[in-house]
Amino acid sequence: MQRLTVTDVARHYGRRKALSQINFTCDAGEIVGLLGPNGAGKSTLLNILATLLTASKGRVEYGDGGATTGAEVRGRIGMLGHDLFLYPELTARENLTFFARLYAVADVPRVVARALERAGLTDRANDLVSGFSRGMRQRVALERALLHEPQLILLDEPFTGLDQASTAALVARLRERQRAGCLIVLATHDLDVAEGLLSRAIYLRDGRMVGSDTGSEGLLDRYRRAIQ
Amino acid sequence: MGAFFRVAWHVMRKDMTVEIRSREILFTTVLFAVSVVLIFSFAIVREGRAPDDVAAGILWVAISFAGTLAMGRTFERERYNDTLRALILAPADRPAIYMGKLLGLLLLMALVEIILLPLVGLLFSAPIFAYPIMLSMLLAAGTLGFAAVGTLFAAMLVRVRSRDTLLPVLLYPITIPVMIAGVRGTAALFQAAPDEPMARFWIGLLVFWDAIFVTLALWTFEPVMTE
Repeated sequence: MQRLTVTDVARHYGRRKALSQINFTCDAGEIVGLLGPNGAGKSTLLNILATLLTASKGRVEYGDGGATTGAEVRGRIGMLGHDLFLYPELTARENLTFFARLYAVADVPRVVARALERAGLTDRANDLVSGFSRGMRQRVALERALLHEPQLILLDEPFTGLDQASTAALVARLRERQRAGCLIVLATHDLDVAEGLLSRAIYLRDGRMVGSDTGSEGLLDRYRRAIQ
Repeated sequence: MGAFFRVAWHVMRKDMTVEIRSREILFTTVLFAVSVVLIFSFAIVREGRAPDDVAAGILWVAISFAGTLAMGRTFERERYNDTLRALILAPADRPAIYMGKLLGLLLLMALVEIILLPLVGLLFSAPIFAYPIMLSMLLAAGTLGFAAVGTLFAAMLVRVRSRDTLLPVLLYPITIPVMIAGVRGTAALFQAAPDEPMARFWIGLLVFWDAIFVTLALWTFEPVMTE
């Protein structure tokens, strides 16, 4: 997937407009931040990009046009939600194995072992996820989202509840995926972490896109200017 | 087709693993079903004798109530940690996910029925071993018809706040034909002079119902799960 194009996307819940007139294009190898206060529409937009929500209006194109929905598109998307999409009654290995099979990943045991290694949880592979700390669960959840090597990675508040070490590990993993040519779109409030990480920022307020820029410095000032 | 059943199998196996760890649905549904049967037996059985033809009705009331409880819980679980979204985000056929959830529910309901049937036989003097194959077919076809509709409705209602109230309100009117066929077919086998042709007729009707509603559920699951 070389490009993601969002054209005039809107989403209404009855009379309430959660999103309107969202337009942007981003390319493979970028880390794009969706920034805005609570209720700005960041999660709604991520869910539309993930095909979990349908847009009331407008169009999302994955790649160079063509497919806009369906299993083929879903197979190229990896999503880490605000909730972690993990079964607490299953072990880390069982969670990863289940999702690897659901995504029809080849050589499941090897892929799962590699994912556990990347999450730094090889020793805890057979422990129930319910016994993990937030940071450990977040690491398993991220590897779950990346099991099938998606080209479009969508992350909703990925830094919430993480300590410095876990945040640094997550940033390193995202950079590694960026270098591999993936397009990463993340919604976050954590501007300190996002500073220097994002190659493009999209500012949302009250469901509208109020700005977009590509700088890598002074994110907090740019955010304040765009949102005010 | 192979991929469809592979996904259904993995979803069912995952549901069973979760259930074996928590035993939450099995314990609550068995306890509930047994309580229903016991309450009816205290109210109806006099001097060790139950009125004729009540056993079939009580058996199906217990099955439907316990099944409704299980249906709600099986999708409620997917709401925790938002795993339902992870399932529908997978590139797998969404009807295969429905099929996996349905198979898991059928397995749970079968376990409940294995406990329930001897209890009904014992308390209401029902001849449960007289026609074991026909009785098994009635229970299997009736449970499938009930669970096929219930699994679809439980999935539809998973994001609705009043889902626990709405599930039986929607489910019971639609599944009245299943209940009638199940009760009449089982009663035909339990009565003093068993009526095999009548039981066969009701089994046929249940199979017809199953074919229609499993097909409809598979067809509508994808749009139902898309917000």
